[in-house]
Amino acid sequence: MPTVSMTVNGKSVSGEVPANTLLVEFLRETLGLTGTHVGCDTSQCGACVVHVDGKAAKSCTRLAVQCEGAEVATIEGLANGADLHPMQEAFRENHGLQCGFCTPGMIMAAVDIANRHGGKVDEETIRHELDGNICRCTGYHNIVTAIAAGAAAMGK
Amino acid sequence: MYEFDYHRASSVADALSALGKAEDGTVISGGQTLLPTMKQRLASPSDLIDIGSLDELSGISADGNGVTIGAATTHATVAGSGDVNKAIPALAALAGGIGDPHVRNLGTIGGSIANNDPAADYPAACLALGATITTNNRSISADDFFTGLFDTALENDEIVTGVTFPRADKAAYMKFANPASRYALVGVFVAKTGEGVRVAVTGAGEDGVFRVEEMESALAGDFSSAAIAGISVSSDGLNNDIHASPDYRAHLIGVMARRAVDAANG
Repeated sequence: MPTVSMTVNGKSVSGEVPANTLLVEFLRETLGLTGTHVGCDTSQCGACVVHVDGKAAKSCTRLAVQCEGAEVATIEGLANGADLHPMQEAFRENHGLQCGFCTPGMIMAAVDIANRHGGKVDEETIRHELDGNICRCTGYHNIVTAIAAGAAAMGK
Repeated sequence: MYEFDYHRASSVADALSALGKAEDGTVISGGQTLLPTMKQRLASPSDLIDIGSLDELSGISADGNGVTIGAATTHATVAGSGDVNKAIPALAALAGGIGDPHVRNLGTIGGSIANNDPAADYPAACLALGATITTNNRSISADDFFTGLFDTALENDEIVTGVTFPRADKAAYMKFANPASRYALVGVFVAKTGEGVRVAVTGAGEDGVFRVEEMESALAGDFSSAAIAGISVSSDGLNNDIHASPDYRAHLIGVMARRAVDAANG
């Protein structure tokens, strides 16, 4: 069985995993990090978005063994203890969720958007950048508002 | 997903060795097409040979003639490359429109080309610009590389290592994307290079990417959208699926081609 070593939310993890283990399965089932969700499992909905080496990626479309040596960040790694990450706080403040299922992927994608576009990212850019994240409650209005507020807060 | 064996290649030579030993092996890089395909059992390789982390396959270089992109270079890297944006901005824009941001962070040019999905974007750029595809043992012109639906000139023991695109005087790509998958229902890449004018269409053909020679002849004399306004493309041999009929795709080819010419003229 192949072995894999990676860093998840700053902690080193390693072990044997079957080759067909998806990164999202490794996170949820091996590490117990169930904040990352599986929505469509066909790389369309974005509920499973995490950061791999600082870049947003769909963890349902990545094998755990492909992440050898990678630094993986999940929704669980964002908050600093009891203090929410500015993007989490912005989603809370702006009610950027309805059922909440897509929220972990939305927030990880949102942090990636803010990292690449900065604090003054406009609404059109945010909507375009959400191509890979689906909210089946169709609650996009508040999600977009939250991302703009979160990006601005991250820029401070 | 079903069980398979995984090999993390340490070099192209190592990958070729593993490929040779595998019963029914295939190469994986970003895996953004291959893994969904395997989940659906549309492909079921016995072995995956991972070349995604090979530095020798990643990176972009430019000279006076054009740009060369390593096979394992991601779409996001191509889209953000200063060299590509300077030499062939239409190619950078095409890369920036593939899938979604997360897919672009992992998907690679070599994988897109080797898979030759009939709705993939890169084959249109390769054919329109007259690109050269480099493998571990030869160079293949785009004209000879794309041989049919999911089919290429690659041998079983051959791996794409890079793609070289010549500079274009004018070029643009226009895509009518499927709103769910972002794959092209119809995508048209128009390029005017030292070799002449080419119009390449993806998303529409039953056999994958193809050229529209009647448009090319018209544009060679007059590179304007008006020059091709009267040309209608036959729906024979065009895809028919739940997303669009052959007639609709034929119509879209004309619309996308005219928009691409207008965009290329800036």
